[in-house]
Amino acid sequence: MLYNEPSPLEVKVVTRRFGKPDSEKIDTYLADEGYEAFKKTLTLTPEAIIDELKASSLRGRGGAGFPTGLKWSFVPRNTGKPAYIICNSDESEPGTCKDRLLMENDPHQLIEGMLIAGWTVRSPAGYIFIRGEYRYLIDIVDRAVAEAYERGFLGKNILGSGWDHDIYTHTGAGAYECGEESALLESLEGKRGIPRLKPPFPAVVGAFQCPTILNNCETFSAIPAIFRQGAEWFASLGPPKNGGTRMMCVSGHVNKPGVYELPLGFPLMRLINEVCGGMRNGKKLKAVIPGGSSSPCLRAEECDIGLDFDSIAKAKSMAGSGGIVVLDEDTDIVGLALRTIKFYQHESCGWCIPCREGTTWLKKILERYHGGGGREKDIDLIHEIAKGMFGRTFCALGDAAAMPTYTFIEKFRDEFEAYLQKSRPKQIPELALL
Amino acid sequence: MADLVTFTIDGRQVQAAPRTLLITAAKQAGIEIPAFCYYDGFSLQAACRMCLVEIEKTPKLQVACTTPVTEGMVVRTDSPQVAAARKGMLELLLTNHPLDCPVCDKGGECELQDMVFRYGAGESRFVETKQHVDERQWSPVVFYDKPRCILCYRCVRVCDEGLGVGALGVGDRGSASEIIPNRGDHLECDECGACIDICPVGALTSGTYRYQTRPWEMDHVGTICTFCSNGCKTTLGVRNGEITRANNRDKSGVNGEFLCVKGRYGFDFNHHPERLTAPLVRVNGKLAPASWAQALATVGKKFAEVKQRGGKFGVIGSNHTTNEENYYLQNFARQALGTSNIDHRRTGDVATLIDALHGHAGALATTADLYTTPAALIIGSDLSQQHPFLAWQLRANFRHHQAKVFAITSGPIREDRYAAKTMRAAEGEELTAVESFREHLAQQKSLVILFGDSIKGDAVRKLVAFGDSLGIPVSYVPLVDYSNSRGASDMGVLPDLLPGYHGVREAGLEPGLAYDAILSATDLDALYVVQENPFAKTPLASTGAFVVVQDLFLTETAERADVVLPAASAYEKAGTVTNVCGEVQKLKAGAKTMGAKTDLEIMGLISKEMGVSIGIWKHDTVFAEVRKSVPGYNVALPVVETGGAAPTFPVNGRVPLEDRPDLISSDRNTLFLSGTLGRYSKMLTSVLEYPGKLYGQPVETELEMKEAQNT
Repeated sequence: MLYNEPSPLEVKVVTRRFGKPDSEKIDTYLADEGYEAFKKTLTLTPEAIIDELKASSLRGRGGAGFPTGLKWSFVPRNTGKPAYIICNSDESEPGTCKDRLLMENDPHQLIEGMLIAGWTVRSPAGYIFIRGEYRYLIDIVDRAVAEAYERGFLGKNILGSGWDHDIYTHTGAGAYECGEESALLESLEGKRGIPRLKPPFPAVVGAFQCPTILNNCETFSAIPAIFRQGAEWFASLGPPKNGGTRMMCVSGHVNKPGVYELPLGFPLMRLINEVCGGMRNGKKLKAVIPGGSSSPCLRAEECDIGLDFDSIAKAKSMAGSGGIVVLDEDTDIVGLALRTIKFYQHESCGWCIPCREGTTWLKKILERYHGGGGREKDIDLIHEIAKGMFGRTFCALGDAAAMPTYTFIEKFRDEFEAYLQKSRPKQIPELALL
Repeated sequence: MADLVTFTIDGRQVQAAPRTLLITAAKQAGIEIPAFCYYDGFSLQAACRMCLVEIEKTPKLQVACTTPVTEGMVVRTDSPQVAAARKGMLELLLTNHPLDCPVCDKGGECELQDMVFRYGAGESRFVETKQHVDERQWSPVVFYDKPRCILCYRCVRVCDEGLGVGALGVGDRGSASEIIPNRGDHLECDECGACIDICPVGALTSGTYRYQTRPWEMDHVGTICTFCSNGCKTTLGVRNGEITRANNRDKSGVNGEFLCVKGRYGFDFNHHPERLTAPLVRVNGKLAPASWAQALATVGKKFAEVKQRGGKFGVIGSNHTTNEENYYLQNFARQALGTSNIDHRRTGDVATLIDALHGHAGALATTADLYTTPAALIIGSDLSQQHPFLAWQLRANFRHHQAKVFAITSGPIREDRYAAKTMRAAEGEELTAVESFREHLAQQKSLVILFGDSIKGDAVRKLVAFGDSLGIPVSYVPLVDYSNSRGASDMGVLPDLLPGYHGVREAGLEPGLAYDAILSATDLDALYVVQENPFAKTPLASTGAFVVVQDLFLTETAERADVVLPAASAYEKAGTVTNVCGEVQKLKAGAKTMGAKTDLEIMGLISKEMGVSIGIWKHDTVFAEVRKSVPGYNVALPVVETGGAAPTFPVNGRVPLEDRPDLISSDRNTLFLSGTLGRYSKMLTSVLEYPGKLYGQPVETELEMKEAQNT
């Protein structure tokens, strides 16, 4: 099912079957060029497939935006070990809600994308790692996998190619950290969800110590279209080096929040004003969080940018997972900072000191600050702690917690200061009075 | 040297072997990069982020513990950015770490204290409340204080990787993360305490040491553990003559930092309330306290009288006394008492091996060899239980060099888990079974064979013949039980052999009665027992014999004695002992027990009472004589004197011995048992009685799985 009205401005590539009756069924899929791309790739060499992907300038939709073709080219062949295909559907970044739609509405598109990856490295098996909270999606995906087996797209000697491939679903246990690729692999292997030391990267030593292609659900879902309609067409949808479309998950103070598929580079302000019907209640825009809660927020005046990886990076934020949170003038930034750090504190895996202790300390200060016990020096302290965490943690979770926090201080210091004036001391630990 | 990598650190150009980790390379260059989680020899964690350094052309700070040095790398460890990072990490660590240093066991030798002192901030900006979690006890040995824990995961790794036990894990997540036992609320493990010693802070504390003393109030005495034969160096923390702890944190000795439960916690026998502190003399059928003068006079007079009338003596030596004492004892027996009826309880067939190896050079393996050998074969020993340090060495060898370990034992052993090949064979059947390994063994570059007491007499010769037939260099470790079992054999506490495996006939003597014959001789007139407890198993046949016993406790044997002389323990004397691999190490006196005398002194005093002179009873004088007269013991004195281990090379010719396999039997002590001595250690006995199945079935199941895979 769909949760919002589509916008006429959308360019539907991965969502083109959304809203069709029985869109999750294999017959619907087959009737709409389903598995045609995979059949095409069966005639291609691995090099040709990877070259095509590189030409499409498809970049990872999970958060880091790494070129997918390049990632696949790192997977060594002829190691004597099997290579595995892992789909990261552990979508947990606050503000992001696209993978669930892809799995719910078009699971076969995902399976086809994984099959192309599997065929490229002649992998014996693929795993779809689904966020624990998405339990209801497993049944849908499992049904789709079963259908694919029935029609001979999975199992032994797929379409007479002599190649065998199986796909399994696996759920996380409710940890944000398991969306980090190496922690996901640990979890998949039945271990505690903590990130691995890199290098080696999963492409070389991944699942079960074997070479692994690990991509986001949306990334895999975009692949069939590339081989159906050509890399050139896909690349031309967005600006250079930012091929294709993205599912933008817009939440916050707009009139029509929802998930919209738009080409990369689509202007942020047009997204807010035209696609999403403008600000709710005619309020003024205060800020936008452009790529999930871990991306540094943009002040209203910084929002005149295109939504592609490079433009957002240029604005010193990141495209991240595509979770766009629009904030109006009434937003309490201190409260937002607290809510954000609470999430990351709760989700820190605890492996390394700066993230484990830093998020906890930040949460404690912000709780006190928000509760009315703030001191002027806390503003700098919060900024310093967050800066001290940034770039020094084991994995990116520490950065994800630090970046929004220090950005809130840098961009809305006035609000923090004003908070100090208007609040009355309420919940102050004894020591803080010193 | 040609392929060294040159890099620059803090403006200095230095070289290191390629692939050396930056943290190690810096250390070699004399530059400290602080770290908590990095620990030499164990897997890399990069969790504590203390070792962040600046590397040119890399925007972010990098962890030195996982970055290998590369040619031309330019590193700064002294920049303001690095200093700020270190300060920041420490500040973060201290946010929840309780500052209870004044009562913390670790206070004074805590790595966190030291780091904060050196790199930390003087003032904390943390004004929030700390999370408190109550302390937990996991076993009689191990206590865990969660708030103090900085989660460096050293304990988890030493237990899993080092010991092969894997009793510890990490539970929960985020700031609630904590170390937990992998089996519910208690530990099922070796209780070795390695986790406690390796803990950089006071999160893990030991049942014997906690809240006993401050570290700076102790004298630290490096000596050798007196329990099993592995010869681990243990550093005793001694306060007011009493041992309060034992560890080996300075990684000295053959064992590095390895110690088992006996080495770390078994020392408490030394202060057991039943320790003898005055001689006992039998008066009117009862043992009554007497002065040393009275007791020695009684013994001297009786011994002189028996000797004069040509009576029959028996002398039983010890597996725990020093080389000097054993050497002196056989001198005492042969010269002062004029008897060849001297023996000790033999726990492994060393003498036959020495004979079988005639003409072989370098065929006795050292403990260090176990870490470097490409292959090892274990025959008839549950190595982790009976020889924990040797097992540790092999495990480290497997971990670091992928050594091939083969095992033939009657039951499952821990080595099965990583062994290249493992096999079950009934005792005595091992030599038949070993043939099936021949092909695999012959492919190895060299091999160390460790064999237990089931290989004895002729079997030892057959084993050596098997080793010779492999066509590769083979060396051997004859497994013996106790701290100086090897030394007792080397020093000629045997009826047919003099020190250094010379036949007694060389000295114009006839072989005397062996251990069993001494005990079963009905016409024995006097029996002299030094720190041994033969009557625990076999009563003395000669009911009328005059029995003198030197021991720490009133053992079954001492209870039957006419005179009991309180002896000093190994922790109370100086001298040397020889471990299972024939390495000589020095004992240092740490503790004191009032009233007890060393066995050496007692023997000297008895001979003096008897009016016989067999030389000065000073350990260094006797050792000088040992070095001169016992082949293979002319070891470099500085090595032994400075606390090193000197390998010995006993005779390389034929040994004129009488094969007595029937006399050879190991006590099969496990980790928590040690003959008579272990009974008096409160910690060892409490660990034994501790509820919870120790090593339930997993070994067996894993082995079955492995076997299923092989077939």
